[in-house]
Amino acid sequence: MSRETSAAALLPSGVPVRFLAEDGTRVDEHGHYSEPPSERLVEAYRLMVLGRRFDAQATALTKQGRLAVYPSSAGQEACQVASALALTDADWLFPTYRDSVALVARGLEPGEILTLLRGDAHCGYDPAETRVAPQCTPLATQTLHAAGLAHAMQRRGEDSVAFALIGDGATSEGDFHEALNFAAVFEAPVVFFVQNNRFAISVPFEKQSAAPALAYKGVGYGVRSEQVDGNDAVAVLSVLEDAVAHARSGGGPVLVEAHTYRIDAHTNADDATRYRDRAEVERWRAADPVRRLETYLTTENLLSADDVERFRAEAETFAAGVRDTLNADVEPDPLSLFEHVYAVPTRQLAAQRALVAAEVEA
Amino acid sequence: MTEISMAQALNAALRDAVKDDDRVLIFGEDVGPLGGVFRVTDGITADFGEERCFDTPLAESGIVGFAVGMAMGGFRPVVEMQFDAFAYPAFEQITSHVAKLRNRTRGALSLPMVIRIPYAGGIGGVEHHCDSSEAYYTHTPGLRVVTPGTPQDAYDLLRDSIDSPDPVIFLEPKCRYWSKEPVSFTREGAAMDRAVVRRAGEDVTLIAYGPMVATALETAAAATAEGWDVEVVDLRSLSPFDDETVTASVRRTGRAVVVHEAAGFGGYGAEVVARVTEQCFHQLHAPVLRVTGLDIPYPPPKLERHQLPDVDRILDTVARLQWHDEPVVAGA
Repeated sequence: MSRETSAAALLPSGVPVRFLAEDGTRVDEHGHYSEPPSERLVEAYRLMVLGRRFDAQATALTKQGRLAVYPSSAGQEACQVASALALTDADWLFPTYRDSVALVARGLEPGEILTLLRGDAHCGYDPAETRVAPQCTPLATQTLHAAGLAHAMQRRGEDSVAFALIGDGATSEGDFHEALNFAAVFEAPVVFFVQNNRFAISVPFEKQSAAPALAYKGVGYGVRSEQVDGNDAVAVLSVLEDAVAHARSGGGPVLVEAHTYRIDAHTNADDATRYRDRAEVERWRAADPVRRLETYLTTENLLSADDVERFRAEAETFAAGVRDTLNADVEPDPLSLFEHVYAVPTRQLAAQRALVAAEVEA
Repeated sequence: MTEISMAQALNAALRDAVKDDDRVLIFGEDVGPLGGVFRVTDGITADFGEERCFDTPLAESGIVGFAVGMAMGGFRPVVEMQFDAFAYPAFEQITSHVAKLRNRTRGALSLPMVIRIPYAGGIGGVEHHCDSSEAYYTHTPGLRVVTPGTPQDAYDLLRDSIDSPDPVIFLEPKCRYWSKEPVSFTREGAAMDRAVVRRAGEDVTLIAYGPMVATALETAAAATAEGWDVEVVDLRSLSPFDDETVTASVRRTGRAVVVHEAAGFGGYGAEVVARVTEQCFHQLHAPVLRVTGLDIPYPPPKLERHQLPDVDRILDTVARLQWHDEPVVAGA
């Protein structure tokens, strides 16, 4: 393919792409993007209801001491669910610690997702089998892994895409910039999806970046870029599906910024009232993505009251399962500490293993 | 066997690995048509194509992080960091991901990759070109850290490192790139995580690695005039550490000196001294001493002769092993 030399062709939409106003009415601010089929939107809604319930349940389990920590993504359900829906099983997802709901939407077991946050193991699922990389705690480092893996898949003749999730704070890290540059130079099939939720722990976006929008950061690297209303599920799904299709067809990487908001604190260890007004949070609650989509689908007769009831009941059952799983006491095997440090175990580790084994025995 | 330099031996190892395994890819800055600033990748792009050996953007974290993804995708990347201190931007990728991915994923993903880092001084390099950074990497569980002291080991160790299922930090002693010896390509010599006795002796064990192996051998030769029969152990593998070879030697000689270029304080030599002391205490006739670089930032070229351990400084330290009741200053 020929390299795009016109910056204009890479520029994001002047305003975030949007199909739905905050009250759920249809608006025409979506340029060339088309509305996904109604079954996709209903499925997105179902997963958003499920994801919100999962998030609330995990938060509650943190308060009960069952999870060491849980970074909530309440308010970001449209972004989380669309990330999973935009991908096939053969695509690779690179999530952060805040993207557990995306993993729920991807179909992973809650017990496996929460293993990390419960403190049992660093990763509770099999990344090779699920094509979901371990939830990444260092910021932006996984964007390079996504670029490298995308290049690897391209070389192997697979038409799979790597999809990397990051937050607004991570766009200040060097690895984010190196990843955009590598992906562009190698024309790798990777989508970088920034959920700009306005805060990096306590630091507001205004102190994070002076860019008019993070989406503009792609242009300088030669990466096609877009911005979208992150609380409009119709828009996020449409834009991400388009981005994935672009990358899959050999068009090179895409950067998408979703404008959204973190309703809860960074984690349960953080007091959000110290750095933001209640009024601001309330304004964003009014932009709630779940209610917005529900209003739209209901008004358009794509979703019945029975459907809503059924999805909520399904979410309750799901949450009960999460509770049961997390309330079961599981003591990880101490000797597993010595597994998988090296493929070929070292003599030093064998000696230390014997020491811990004797201590456990005593 | 033809006599070749260490740089040529490394080049031969890379070529043979690329030839033998389609998954092996070489990349980094300037490794393509230029052949690397030390010419270690000379001619590989020309002979095997840009698919197998290619230049990347100038970004060390990017190179290593990209290699992580490539290894996850089934390739075996061999990347070059060009100079020791240039690798520091990649430190987070190396310590947080390269070293840990196998463990984080409980064996589901592995990273068979090699990070080549030309290191240490003695070549008159300007600042940031002469660091000995081994302690950063050996302190990180999950990494293998190796450094050849001879052209033969350079070939064997690099082939072994590329075949290793574990990630390897491959430290190349820059000042030995041009040292020559006959090299066999049969890979009968080196064992990946075994030290080797380079010279047998009865009175004292000099423990060295990488650039200091040759200096230790020169010292051993000079020591005969002083009446010392010096044994030289070349560690080759810094992590894991070969306790057996080292302790067998020290138990026999009863005296040991560890030599390295890096600063002594908190350095790799302290680990070696601790291990030897713990395991050979009753056979020791004197404290285990260190001869190291000074605890200063690597000096400018006109002063580096004061930084680098040399034959005289090592001989003086060996002599002190007779009168161990004198105060001992590491690195002095």
